[in-house]
Amino acid sequence: MSAVAANMPETAVPSTTRAIAPSKGGRPWTFYVLAALFTLYVIALYGPMFCIYILSFQDIRGGLVFPMKGHSLHWFVDLFTQVRTGDVKGSFDRSIKLAVIVTVITVVVSFLAGLGFRKRFRGDTFVFYMMIGSLVAPGLVLGLGTGLLFQALGLNASWYSSALGAQLSWTLPFGVLVMFAVMSRFNHVWEEAAYDLGASRWQSIRLVMIPVLAPGLVAVALFGFTLSYDEFARSLQTAGSLNTLPLEIWSMTLNVTSPSLYALGTVTTIVSFVVIGASLGSIVLIQKKRGSSAKG
Amino acid sequence: MKKDRGDIELAGVCKSFDGITNVVDGVNLKIADGAYCCFIGPSGCGKTTILRMIAGHEDPTAGEIVIGGQNVVGLAPVQRRTAMMFQSYALFPHLTVRENIAFALRVRGQSKTDRLRAADAMIEKVRLTQFADRLPAQLSGGQQQRVALARAAITEPRVLLLDEPLSALDEQLRVQMRQELRRMQQELGITFVHVTHTQLEAIALADLVVVMEQGKIKQAGAARDVYAHPHDRYVAEFMGGQNVLSGRVEKVNGASFTLAQAAPSGIEVPLQARANVSVGDKVDIAVRRDDVALVRPGRDLPPGCTTSLPSRVLAIEYQGYFVKVMLDTVPDDEFVAYVPEKTFFADPFTVGDVVMATWATGSALPLA
Repeated sequence: MSAVAANMPETAVPSTTRAIAPSKGGRPWTFYVLAALFTLYVIALYGPMFCIYILSFQDIRGGLVFPMKGHSLHWFVDLFTQVRTGDVKGSFDRSIKLAVIVTVITVVVSFLAGLGFRKRFRGDTFVFYMMIGSLVAPGLVLGLGTGLLFQALGLNASWYSSALGAQLSWTLPFGVLVMFAVMSRFNHVWEEAAYDLGASRWQSIRLVMIPVLAPGLVAVALFGFTLSYDEFARSLQTAGSLNTLPLEIWSMTLNVTSPSLYALGTVTTIVSFVVIGASLGSIVLIQKKRGSSAKG
Repeated sequence: MKKDRGDIELAGVCKSFDGITNVVDGVNLKIADGAYCCFIGPSGCGKTTILRMIAGHEDPTAGEIVIGGQNVVGLAPVQRRTAMMFQSYALFPHLTVRENIAFALRVRGQSKTDRLRAADAMIEKVRLTQFADRLPAQLSGGQQQRVALARAAITEPRVLLLDEPLSALDEQLRVQMRQELRRMQQELGITFVHVTHTQLEAIALADLVVVMEQGKIKQAGAARDVYAHPHDRYVAEFMGGQNVLSGRVEKVNGASFTLAQAAPSGIEVPLQARANVSVGDKVDIAVRRDDVALVRPGRDLPPGCTTSLPSRVLAIEYQGYFVKVMLDTVPDDEFVAYVPEKTFFADPFTVGDVVMATWATGSALPLA
């Protein structure tokens, strides 16, 4: 506050009615600086993406740069019909399937890890740091290693085996970390109360823990899905002969010189937003059904 | 339904969490069937651990817990036919009042119509009918407590265990819910074991008050016994309402002994239970604060009073029907007189006044 006061223009009048930081009406100058900074940040974040989205709606004469030439959905049609653009549909299918598998495994394992870490056990810190280690490990190297390992074992690398494993090395620790945050808000007396009322272990998990933790589990699922859906580095050396979507887009940037590349960007973004929207929507729905949020 | 006995017996119960110190240290206690028992003590005295061991949430390291003639150590709460009401109620946040109360029946596999009918009957008993479809977060503290009570009582337990049930409520509600607990206990006719750290709560509710310190029972008895006849200094100070003085026995004469004190003539104390004091013993005595009368120096003592201790008034607090006068009578301990309002204002003292603190000789109580 003192820095703010020092930079205020001197009013000369020794009036005490004039506050240093006005409480009503005007805002301190720092507000405008920070607001401007935030606006710049938002432009830098979304500007490039909007360029892509806008350019994907050009007509058949369209090129890779501004200015915009006409408007149509030509390149979207082109994307899914032309073979020369690559196997967009196939890679999209694979990516979605892979993301769903990753999501399911991440949610289940993270939930179980959350249960496991409720109480301290011997070596829990070691297990925890091992897990964090796989978050810190460079993805490209990890992917490379996974590819090499599969080769050494004489296994074929493919999106549903080696790439799945490589992606899980990334989504699992993330999911578990989110789960820890979620679990920290779970009051373990609820479990005790369930036991007191005669619930079995399984009943207490099914009737109390899962419903109470549902919003958190949706968040874990969302993380799993989005991290897998646009995972590149770990998939690069592990996906085998069939590409996932990010790999396909990357290879397209090397040889496709039409706005169908941009159309693909628009489509994948829409899918991402639908997934995020559905997840957040379901969380809001759960919370709403539950009234004002649960007492801690 | 045939009502099973809910009398509890603790025999040599010990609990240690680290294998070194006993949180509960050799507790023996009998609680009669249908009694309202309050465990009271400062935090960390082991009272909650005892409750949790009776409930089946904790196993004793040693000793037996017998409910209705059956040793229940190692049994699950359901098999013990006990139910616990948790400190913050632990209502399931995602379930409505009705679903919360029906939970125990649900996990027992009762059909939906049966269990909801039973829940509705219980909801009516705790007067929550209009809130049946609300979620716990939409209820006030008092309503939440009633839900917790109903949820615990629906399985018709023979013992209900309450862990500081009133601590989450504000003062006014606490008094109100206190009565409600007592009413429910009488209505259900089962044994209640209630843990608290509030003396008023314990003596207002309990048939049996159990005062604890460091894992041991200091005194167990009827509320009036424990309050008016504390066993030792700890109980006297913890239950409150008593002045505790200590000194050496100066002489023993028949039915009383004299305690050397600041007073010129010493303090005369009736012997009562402590028959075996001898000259030179260090003894604590208790005098109820409302038994202390204050007399201006030079005036006659009221009849029956032989001891008078000169004191200076340190502070005065008006408490409504009485006035709390704090005195410097004894050097290290608090000494307080509760003077009836009318008596006090007939001749009010001010801070700094010198008064004689006196009491009827028979009302002094030697402590163990």
